[in-house]
Amino acid sequence: MAAPVSLQVEFGGGAELLFDGVKKHQVTLPCQPEPWDIRNLLKWIKQNMLKERPELFLQGESVRPGILVLINEADWELMGELDYKLQDQDNVLFISTLHGG
Amino acid sequence: RGCGPRSAGGSASCAGCASGWRPSWRGGDTAEQEEDGERERDEAACGARQPSAAEPARGDAGDAEDEDGARGLRERLAAELARGDSGDADEEDEDDDEEEEEGSLGFPAELPPLPARSALSAAEILRYSRQLVLPELGVRGQLRLARSSVLVVGCGGLGCPLAQYLAAAGVGRLGLVDHDVVETSNLQRQVLHGEARRGRPKARSAAAALRRLNSAVQYVPYRGALRPRSALRLVRQYDIVADCSDNVPTRYLVSDACVLAGKPLVSGSALRLEGQLAVYNYRGGPCYRCLFPRPPPPDTVTNCADGGVLGAVTGIIGCLQALEVLKIASGMGSSLSGYMLMFDALEGRFRNIKLRPRKADCAVCGDSPSVTCLQDYEAFCGSCATDKCRALQLLPGADRVSVQQYKALLDARVPHVLLDVRPPVEAEICRLPHALHIPLRSLQDRDQESLQRLQNRIGEEKQRTDDQTPLPVYVVCKLGNDSQKAVKILQELPAEEFGSVVAKDIKGGLMAWATKIDSTFPQY
Ligand SMILES: [Zn+2]
Repeated sequence: MAAPVSLQVEFGGGAELLFDGVKKHQVTLPCQPEPWDIRNLLKWIKQNMLKERPELFLQGESVRPGILVLINEADWELMGELDYKLQDQDNVLFISTLHGG
Repeated sequence: RGCGPRSAGGSASCAGCASGWRPSWRGGDTAEQEEDGERERDEAACGARQPSAAEPARGDAGDAEDEDGARGLRERLAAELARGDSGDADEEDEDDDEEEEEGSLGFPAELPPLPARSALSAAEILRYSRQLVLPELGVRGQLRLARSSVLVVGCGGLGCPLAQYLAAAGVGRLGLVDHDVVETSNLQRQVLHGEARRGRPKARSAAAALRRLNSAVQYVPYRGALRPRSALRLVRQYDIVADCSDNVPTRYLVSDACVLAGKPLVSGSALRLEGQLAVYNYRGGPCYRCLFPRPPPPDTVTNCADGGVLGAVTGIIGCLQALEVLKIASGMGSSLSGYMLMFDALEGRFRNIKLRPRKADCAVCGDSPSVTCLQDYEAFCGSCATDKCRALQLLPGADRVSVQQYKALLDARVPHVLLDVRPPVEAEICRLPHALHIPLRSLQDRDQESLQRLQNRIGEEKQRTDDQTPLPVYVVCKLGNDSQKAVKILQELPAEEFGSVVAKDIKGGLMAWATKIDSTFPQY
């Protein structure tokens, strides 16, 4: 049984507009049999934080194209992407890329 | 005038072209690529219209070190005489000169390399002294800058400050690409363009402003969008590319062109109160596609017109871009390869994010690339490379009315509800007094209080009718996109609560109202 995991979940680049415009969220994931990974975190976000239009944030089991996921300020590609096992006090940042100029 | 059919590759395909034609870039911004102007370009290159001696001599290319110094001097003298001034040209006159020449000159087939320099002149030493004493730059770095050419894609909120600092620092040549003309709503952030430049091409306006700042730099304005058929040839002529564009297809186009041409790309973007900066395709680092193999869904992309942006934010990102370009060009090297610098203006915070390395399976820079030539990026991204065609078509024609039709209904006092679905911040800017304001977001969230207000207003209006025919609800927004989404929501509302209504959207929204019906209504 994995212990609860406390995270700082942040949104930026406009992704926060899908979360009431709030950029920083303190999140505590409950105990569950398996360890928490990003895949499960995305499901949890969809169920608990994302009220409307999930397609603007998610696609399949991952984030939609154009959103960068950063775990402790590093590209999630370097960390195992969906399979990264979340640690207590991790910072997970979802940034929508900007195109304006 | 025939050179025969032109080759797909461009203008320098005719053997007769090489002789006699002097590249018009020497005249500063007389060299110009018109949008879809290949014909003119070919004619110029083929000698169909030889520039006269005076033309290239509008001369501010500052080629004192030109191997052909006598001719350079003669031309510059001619230019000064032609301009009727002695160097301190009034900016309007300068612009008028440009206007007269518009469209008359061709595209520079191939820009000659900038000459190698072994020493700075006394004037240059004085001019650049504050940066020359930096040991990181020094004379060696300054000489490298003077030999460097930078292609600036987009002369807007990012491109203006970027080009300004590059010109001031003394880069050798700046290519300036923009398809657009200066509009009033640009002036808040596109700081090279003044009020008097409204309606003029941005590439040209930027070149004119930059020339006043540093006449020793060569400026090559390209008035036209960067397009797949010409981008690679253009990018190959420059050492470094700065992506200051404002749309997704252009970002993929620029990045792919840089990979194929082997050029470093300094990419900036800004929206609202945030900015992002990255250096791609530099010293083995990732390219834009390594990060974003698939484009974002078009309806998730917001531009500056819709989302807004603060000029100081584009200014900060544009200056950071200029800094990385200067570091690369002078030999210091960029520290941002493999990183993305993110700026949050509200928090006053920068984050430097470590990115993935170059991806072996990247479609363009990977080990076995599938993208080996430039593509149709608008089709790839499902959106336009200019922001001029953002009009959605969600509704059939029968569900839409023009502003003229709505005006006629209003004049005939036909009972109806006008529903304005813009965000609150826009409704505060201006509104039609008789409109009921409920933001699209509240409709999407099925906000109960908002729906109650709508229901009440519908009930009031219905008292003015016989209640046999459905009550029309006309939905309006800024440009006629959100209003269509709102109509779709209204069409799903339960008839037992809202009664019999028929929802339609007003095509073109309040901006069409302002241009076609009421010129006193503010545009934004
Ligand atoms: Zn790549």
